[in-house]
Amino acid sequence: MSTPGTRTVLVLLDSAGTELRSPVLELITVGRSLGRVEAVALEAPSVGVLAQLGAYGVALVRQAEPSSGGEVVTGDALHLTPVVAEVLAAATRASHADAVLLTSSFPNKEAAARLAFLTEAGLVVDASALTDGGTHLVADKRVFAGSWDVRSEIVTDPAVLTLRANSVVPQPADAAVATEVDALRVELSPAATAARVVSRTVDESAGAGRPALGEAAIVVAGGRGTNGDFGPVTELADALGAAVGATRDAVYEGWHDQFVGQTGVTVAPRLYIGAGISGAPHHRGGMQASQVIVAVNNDPECPLFEISDFAVVGDLADVLPQAAEVLREHRASQG
Amino acid sequence: MRIVVAVKYVPDIHADRGFEGGRVVRRADEGTLNELDENAVEAALRLKEALPEAERETSEVIVLTVAGPDADGAVRRSYQLGADRGVRVSDDAVAGSDYFGTARVLAAAVRRLADEAPVDLVVTGMAALDGLGSVVPALLAAELDLPQLTLAGKLEVEGEPGARTARVTRELDGVEEVLEAPLPAVVSVTDHANDPRMPNFKLIMAGARSRVLDASPRPPRPDAEIVVDKGEGGRALAEYLIRNDLV
Repeated sequence: MSTPGTRTVLVLLDSAGTELRSPVLELITVGRSLGRVEAVALEAPSVGVLAQLGAYGVALVRQAEPSSGGEVVTGDALHLTPVVAEVLAAATRASHADAVLLTSSFPNKEAAARLAFLTEAGLVVDASALTDGGTHLVADKRVFAGSWDVRSEIVTDPAVLTLRANSVVPQPADAAVATEVDALRVELSPAATAARVVSRTVDESAGAGRPALGEAAIVVAGGRGTNGDFGPVTELADALGAAVGATRDAVYEGWHDQFVGQTGVTVAPRLYIGAGISGAPHHRGGMQASQVIVAVNNDPECPLFEISDFAVVGDLADVLPQAAEVLREHRASQG
Repeated sequence: MRIVVAVKYVPDIHADRGFEGGRVVRRADEGTLNELDENAVEAALRLKEALPEAERETSEVIVLTVAGPDADGAVRRSYQLGADRGVRVSDDAVAGSDYFGTARVLAAAVRRLADEAPVDLVVTGMAALDGLGSVVPALLAAELDLPQLTLAGKLEVEGEPGARTARVTRELDGVEEVLEAPLPAVVSVTDHANDPRMPNFKLIMAGARSRVLDASPRPPRPDAEIVVDKGEGGRALAEYLIRNDLV
């Protein structure tokens, strides 16, 4: 592998057609600390995305143009996991990439695994940090519900990683560059399109006006203790510019649409506030890696208090609106 | 219909989990069938139970695991749920294998089972609660060169024997997708897909590509500062956030 700072790092752009979100900008920021970054897009990059890439120092984006049996593959089929993996494998070859970085969504983890399978790369999913160890890349990862840190070195070239949101603060490059778009022609294997996309619907309104749960710096979550009223939870979230989450039970009750937990969204924000949440292992597994944990519960024996930095024993319907009010005043006083 | 369900024996999430010598500590008495695999077993059993009687009687749900004898608890649990047959692949050479090694061994076992009689479907859970990688189902599909229909919140199988299609509905990160593929295929199901049944009492009575450099337990968090709300709890919370520069 090459010496530090001179590696080529490939970054998959999740939403090249609209706007790059913070987790992708984090990947580019991490990639720049290792060397030169090139991007891969499954669709034509928007003007705004090209400007973002320029500001982040990415001079080249490879736009995939896959075909299968001579037919151009477009639309929903571009999102099939084996298609994404074969596109990335072709881009890895074209760029002579030393590392390929993806954000840590479920589909991306699978695409990363299949890419590693195709390129015989080492794989780390859900990494919380990536650094250059000199000879090899070194990845950190939190496991067992955030109770252990594991540091691995990836002894293959290339290395494939998915990086958790909020791993670093996105930082534009010192100097902007002009970004070129290159077509990346890929002939897919017949197996890549063996499954057919019957329909694909993107819910544009999901979390309208609030940051996405998996990538927010602050998360306010509600559980059974809300008794179905998420008003106080969303009021505090909005006072903090935070995302709103829930426990699995609360989602099953239909009180909210997205849950934090081992099988739901895993979050590791700077600040997590859990209201009316007892702290069952399933939920803890999805939030225990948060930097600061605050709990509000009327039960002084609430297990979530055991892993909290700050806790209030009280009725969330009183405590949350009061906190929101004080925070709004504070914000107003800061101008 | 022959359905293979890949399952894993994992350390109980309530137990004290950790590492020794770069590997996860696994003890027979502190393990359990990965809870998310119960959804996979349930999905397979429901597909079998929905078949016409004549075909049902010749159908099989086979539970497959790669592990040492410790994992017999997971296979036993699957029998209690109603699986027809259990296969455990054990070899010291594959102990501690990574995602890729595990997928390769599972694939070899599926091919061996398919040599006896065709396998129509491979079903897995969405993740194992120890590693939480969620990538083995996709790798298993890649190894077997079969279509992957993963992370299904809903699974339907339609058509006549020999010409069946699986259709899954999944919702991930605000994207709802319906995917379809001819069988055989590899399917993983989420914990939304079904409510697993309780073990049957009668059946109970009858029945290195990357290397770990360093794994260390994180220091416990210091005890929380706990405030009891007497009318000013919300203010105390807000002031804590402001004081710690968290707003």
